[in-house]
Amino acid sequence: MKQHYLVIDVNLCFDCNNCFISCKDEYVDNDWSPYTEPQPRHGHRWMNIERNERGLYPRIDVSYRPTPCMHCEDAPCQKANPEAIVRREDGIVLIDAEKARDKKSLVDSCPYGAIYWNEEYGVAQKCTMCAHLIDSGDAPGMPRCAHSCPTEAIKHYCIEPEEMEQMIKDEKLDVVMPDLNTKPHVFYKNYYLFDKAFVGGGFIKNGDCVKGVAARLVGNGVDETQVTNYFGDFKFDHLDPGEYSLYADDKLVQKVTVPEIGVTDTVAINNNSLNLGNISIDNL
Amino acid sequence: MANLVRKTQLTTGGPVFVYVDEEQDKIVRMTPIDLDDDDADSWVVEARGKSYTPPRKTTVTPVTQGFKAMIYTERRNLYPIKRVDFDPNGERNEEKRGESGYVRISWDEALDIVSSEIKRIKRDFGPGCCVIEPSSHHLWGNVGYRHSSLIRFMNAAGYTYGDHNPDSWEGWHWGATHMWGFTGRLGNPAQTDLYEDCIKNTEMIVFWSADPETNNGIYSAFESTIRRRWLYDMGVEMVWIDPFYNHSAGLYRGKWFSPQLGTDSAMALGIAHTWLTEGLYDKEYVAEKTFGFDEWVDYVLGRTDGIPKDAEWAEKESRIPAEDIRALAREWASKKTMLAAGGLGGWGGCCRSPIGMDWARLMIALITMQGMGKPGINLFSTTQGAPVDSDFYFPGYSDGGISGDCDNTFGGACFAFRMFDGVTTKSMTSNLSTGAGVHIDRMRLPECILDDKVEWWGRGFVGASQEQQFHHYEYPTPGYNRIQFLHKYGGPHIGTMGQGDRYARMYRTKRLPFVVSQSIWFEGEVPFADIILPACTNFERWDIGEWSSNSGYNPDSHNQGNHRVIVFQKKCIEPLGESKADYEIFRLICERLGTGQVFSEGKTDLDWCRQMFYASDLPKVISWEDFTEKGYYIVPVTNKAPSAPAQRWFAEGRPEDLRGWATNLPPHVKTRPDGLQTQTGKVEFVSNSLKRFGHYDTDDKERPLMPMYIPSFEGHHSERFKKYPLAVLSPHPRFSFHTMGDGKDAWMNDIKDHRVEVDGDFYWIIRINPRDARRRGIKLHSLVRTYNERGSVVFAAQLTERVPEGTCHCYESCAEYKPVGEPGKSTDLGGCINILTPSRFLSKYASGMATEHCLVEIENWKGEE
Repeated sequence: MKQHYLVIDVNLCFDCNNCFISCKDEYVDNDWSPYTEPQPRHGHRWMNIERNERGLYPRIDVSYRPTPCMHCEDAPCQKANPEAIVRREDGIVLIDAEKARDKKSLVDSCPYGAIYWNEEYGVAQKCTMCAHLIDSGDAPGMPRCAHSCPTEAIKHYCIEPEEMEQMIKDEKLDVVMPDLNTKPHVFYKNYYLFDKAFVGGGFIKNGDCVKGVAARLVGNGVDETQVTNYFGDFKFDHLDPGEYSLYADDKLVQKVTVPEIGVTDTVAINNNSLNLGNISIDNL
Repeated sequence: MANLVRKTQLTTGGPVFVYVDEEQDKIVRMTPIDLDDDDADSWVVEARGKSYTPPRKTTVTPVTQGFKAMIYTERRNLYPIKRVDFDPNGERNEEKRGESGYVRISWDEALDIVSSEIKRIKRDFGPGCCVIEPSSHHLWGNVGYRHSSLIRFMNAAGYTYGDHNPDSWEGWHWGATHMWGFTGRLGNPAQTDLYEDCIKNTEMIVFWSADPETNNGIYSAFESTIRRRWLYDMGVEMVWIDPFYNHSAGLYRGKWFSPQLGTDSAMALGIAHTWLTEGLYDKEYVAEKTFGFDEWVDYVLGRTDGIPKDAEWAEKESRIPAEDIRALAREWASKKTMLAAGGLGGWGGCCRSPIGMDWARLMIALITMQGMGKPGINLFSTTQGAPVDSDFYFPGYSDGGISGDCDNTFGGACFAFRMFDGVTTKSMTSNLSTGAGVHIDRMRLPECILDDKVEWWGRGFVGASQEQQFHHYEYPTPGYNRIQFLHKYGGPHIGTMGQGDRYARMYRTKRLPFVVSQSIWFEGEVPFADIILPACTNFERWDIGEWSSNSGYNPDSHNQGNHRVIVFQKKCIEPLGESKADYEIFRLICERLGTGQVFSEGKTDLDWCRQMFYASDLPKVISWEDFTEKGYYIVPVTNKAPSAPAQRWFAEGRPEDLRGWATNLPPHVKTRPDGLQTQTGKVEFVSNSLKRFGHYDTDDKERPLMPMYIPSFEGHHSERFKKYPLAVLSPHPRFSFHTMGDGKDAWMNDIKDHRVEVDGDFYWIIRINPRDARRRGIKLHSLVRTYNERGSVVFAAQLTERVPEGTCHCYESCAEYKPVGEPGKSTDLGGCINILTPSRFLSKYASGMATEHCLVEIENWKGEE
């Protein structure tokens, strides 16, 4: 049977928040029971946009990950509260408001933090994949987040599981926290921007940026060569923490250590990417 | 839920379908518009072996997507209210404004007070003492817009105008017009047909102080996003120069340079120096098309002042490595490169800074050196220039709407004569609001109230010639009395004007006896008024308009959109509470002044929509009935004129062939048909219009004859830098549009990168480098007091590598003003960075704002005043 999926391209999201706001437009002050009661005016993030900054000035990139309910096939919320959670045949996971009434523990049952507590109605709430629009065919007939996304970073599909499998392979899609094995119906493209590191820098010769140098990074199972651009720049990406060696035209420039991902209390970024700066290769 | 009825509306952030539950008189949702098969076909562009055509759907900005939260909010003014301690016939307690509470009154009482005050002031003080001052971008629609209903009212009621400065053009208006003319665009370059040129020919784009994904050109939501994506996907190189790693740089991930604030001109000169010394410029073009180039070269090479403006010198000023400046210069010169200087073909960003006039002129200098107008080489910001049919006539908001006022709007260019026959329906003008009457510069409103004498040069938006901006204005206007009454429309000064809390102090004085605020929301400076008149949103009344079409000094700006979308803006619900349409409020005041009939001609807002429909080209292609039934019309591209890229005529030495009404200047303005609107008809590196004016070598050395590097008076060379070592960039906001969308208890407050909730209050964000933060003990979301000698403001800190050390970032235009103590004299919790930005003009004779950056110090907030 055809299933509903969301495919989100981290590389195309730039945090415009149309998804977050269109979700509020649909649910705040509107009662779509039995799908869900109204969302509170403030506080809920049924579409929660997480930010990830990599690198240090000026070699940085910043990525965003819109994070809704994952509509898991093996949903932890359902395991914790089998009677309160409905997983429909089309893959959409819904909270049954009546059976979930006053069960605040539902909020903590979701490892993705996608369930929110509504104090006014005494009920847990989350993304419904706009099931009421999908079922009724009312415009726009798809999740509001996908419809209002200006870059098509969020796409909604209703396809056979086999087609989805093919897409996962073709587009190299990932899921959030794969170790949980919850089988989410929300997939991410270019997820390396969130869970891998880069090493960037630029080569300088005789005081000028040097184009056309073979920059090579070796180590930790990686052996990649790039030709520097007119800024002398290279950027090796998709890296795991570990030890690497950087070469310029086969001459060792320096050893490079990509540290483990760590979150400090002052910086809201998972930053283990490295800006090596402009490096003189005059004396190699 | 009952069956929903689909209606259409238009906003500053795009057109929407509005789904309304008519039984409950409630807006349920609003969405972007999906075009259907009956709508006209989209354009197709063939480039580099591929065909490109835009999506059959419109886009919206988050402010529009969240509009419902601004309609339904506790912060709406739903009833007329009066300040409790204001008695028009007794003690007015003007100095209590901003502190006193309010009491609900009836519309009759409110209108009686307002009209009797107007009569009293006219009787006792004569004309010119009642001023009306609107905010910049209010509600969309050609009937309700300020150039339309408000100006018709102003003239019918005998008010005078608080002129807007060309706030988004500044450096282009006061600087660039003296280098290349284009006064009809206030110095900005035309963008007509440049997208096709770009996608066919361009190899590289340098975005300089441009963040199209944040500012959307203006009004056009994410229409140009797909067009940039196509360029990116085909491998067009993108470089970003912006003190802040902006969201366009973030999306396209090109090389990013963050010049120290106020040093963009130095970086530009470093590029020019590289080109000059390495011969990397179009010598033939420069020889033929420029005036004074050699004199400028002497300056760049250091022959006149002994300082070569080479890359090493530029590095010292800008902190951009010299090798990077040279590499950029060389790559740029080797490729067909567009310079996206500002957000919309000029404007915004650095042009609003103390170095704005030099920066704008240096952008022209650089692109001129590379052969501006040749295929793929131009000043093009990628937000405009889509291949739509601009000859199909529909007015923009600047065309005066129902006012027909040719002095204060662009009605005189064409529209007023299509709209009014002068017999059965008449334009509404007044000799009081002309250039020869009384005018107040809105940036000097506080000084006009508080000081005895004020002077400035140039009146707001004046673009008939360079000389108009040299005209001297003084206050009080000779022959007239002082201001007695301010009728404020909207409430954003404190968040949007330099040293914004000057306006709070202005209100709290007996020198301003009467203040009315006509406003939808209780916010900003609205709670300083004596009487508050509750207006409704455009979703609660009728209007008509075209998406992104301001017209006027931004002609053909509808070409930002992928389609021209003309919308019948349907009244979706009844006005909430006792709020009324602005038009209706104006009509009711006029009625009490005895000018009700001349103001309205007995017409409703819907009647005026119909009159405007018939004054446009729409009746040629669709009936009023069909148009209002469907709610929008897509202008076909079948009749689009052949492509004529902006400035190509100049590069090829032909007479100007740009289309559009404002492009072709009147015959007397230009000295030669194939030349620019300068004395020589060439790009003037040494400006003749500035030379004619004088002052450049005496009392206005901040605006020299040629584009130079003059350190920012708010920069690292200033004495204040020792005390205030952090420079804050304060550009137009990302999620809100000016003050629209912010505050108002709207959903936007919940956007993580917009405000941060701390103990139940939503604080505006300041962005700071983690190392600067660490030195000050500042952590993520710490509440920090940001201050200089002008005041102090509390923000929530966001730690980010998007700014280098020494630079901070804080969007301007917040809607809230929350003084901890005495209004105008205490710390603001609302988030108005503009309390800390300068109120001084660009230079003595250039009355533009310079609020793009300011020097501050930041510390953790301890809760003090």
